Amino acid sequence: MVDAATNPKFLVESLSVHYPDGTESLHNISLQIPRNAITVLFGPAGGGKSTLLRTFNRLNDMVEGTRYSGKVLLDGEDILTPSLDLVALRRRVGMVFAQPVPLPMSVRENMTYGLELAGERRRRNLDRAIEEGLQAAALWDEMKDRLNEPAHAMSGGQQQRLCLARVLAQQPEVILMDEPTSGLDPISTAKVEDSLQSIKKKYTIIIVPHSVQQAARLADWAGFLYQGDLIEWGEGKNLFIAPKVKRTEDYVTGRFG
Amino acid sequence: MRIPRSVVQKIAFSALTAIMAVTILTILTIITFIFWNGLPAVSSEFLFSMPREGMTAGGIWPAIVGTLYLTLGTAVIAVPIGLLAAIYLSEYAPDSTFTRTIRIAIINLAGIPSVVYGLFGLALFVLFLQLGSSILASCLTLAIMTLPVIISTAEEALRAVPQSFRVVSISMGGTRWQTIQRIVLPQALPGILTGVILGLERAAGETAPILFTGASFFLPQLPQSIFDETMALPYHLFVISTQVPGMPVRIQYGTALVLLVFVLVMNLSATLIRSYFRRKRQW
Repeated sequence: MVDAATNPKFLVESLSVHYPDGTESLHNISLQIPRNAITVLFGPAGGGKSTLLRTFNRLNDMVEGTRYSGKVLLDGEDILTPSLDLVALRRRVGMVFAQPVPLPMSVRENMTYGLELAGERRRRNLDRAIEEGLQAAALWDEMKDRLNEPAHAMSGGQQQRLCLARVLAQQPEVILMDEPTSGLDPISTAKVEDSLQSIKKKYTIIIVPHSVQQAARLADWAGFLYQGDLIEWGEGKNLFIAPKVKRTEDYVTGRFG
Repeated sequence: MRIPRSVVQKIAFSALTAIMAVTILTILTIITFIFWNGLPAVSSEFLFSMPREGMTAGGIWPAIVGTLYLTLGTAVIAVPIGLLAAIYLSEYAPDSTFTRTIRIAIINLAGIPSVVYGLFGLALFVLFLQLGSSILASCLTLAIMTLPVIISTAEEALRAVPQSFRVVSISMGGTRWQTIQRIVLPQALPGILTGVILGLERAAGETAPILFTGASFFLPQLPQSIFDETMALPYHLFVISTQVPGMPVRIQYGTALVLLVFVLVMNLSATLIRSYFRRKRQW
């Protein structure tokens, strides 16, 4: 397995997050996200999974008055410093959301959106990014002749894989996924999960799954979050087969949640 | 005795249909009346020549040109300011007492009678800023009157763009301005255009704001610069209906017809733009 202890992608130390209205917050979270692996953050609703996920790309900042304390290091660099270049961070840390949100433009324009924001104009580079991104999300064969069609005309499953492909086209280092298959049928879900398995060699993936089953299927590492606390953290399937904490066990066996 | 629901429903539907019919009939009556009385006066000479013999003969060309100038000038001033204000309010302004105060002010501005704008324009632009009675002073006055309409409709159109598009764009490394430029504005454009046209349509039809600021009773020639006075359709209509003895009724209705068509065409184009883009919209 990956040596998470010595060279993690993200190192989180005593992280607390407070929203201005006090709705959801994280309390003193410490963990390490290993590189080139799938890390699963799971637990009941309101546990802080999304907040933690949106800390890694500072998307929580869109809610005015969000306060962080503690440290989050990305390759050793603190991403919670106020002076951080958020645009640069978000290019390195891409995100796929629960509902597929194709931007109101063509498939091609969706694929090149991120690169064009960054100033890439060269047709050759854009074309290559489109093909590589769609290939990695297993969409190339379906999409290669439909690049100029509006993205919203695709099926829900295709839209969500397009959202993944669009992030991959930016060649980020980390991909955050917030219940990316919650709106998809089982076949589309399987396709997304297959894509994740094949791309994790190149990327660090952090995912909030939409079920315990999905968590167990995907996890190289897993963290169980409950009411803002990290209850248990473990490697591989251990957390699901032999949880050490009673609350984790209750949750994975379906006694609450 | 209880009235059966089906009967209640019939009565309600009939009442609603009747109200709708009254509304539509009123509009149709006005339009038909104006067309009936005005159409015989309209000819290419009427449209494109100068008034003659104390305006009792000839055409209304300078009034048409004047109204075009005033509408365009108002657009040039009011659209950029209104759009930027709407972008600020919708995309940047924090939800604070200050912002709420601005919103209330805008809503109240929309309710101010147009003659008050006229007096304000006279005091500020004509006298204090010494622009004199001119196209420029009139356009500025009309622009201030039009701004609340443009700002509130544009802000509404911007807010209607789903928040998820913004979140996605920001999460992909877009700055707020890039997001506005590439996603929010293009999506809101039809709604903004509709608001702009409706605002300008009001500006085109108003008499009071230009009465003291730049409209002229009669000019022997077309205005040569924005510092000249100009004739304008609504004011011309007022003048020839009340101020000129022995005015042929035909010319009055002809003028009313031209003004009406001017405004209706703007209205129609707003409707067409809206429905065209609504069909194309992807959310």
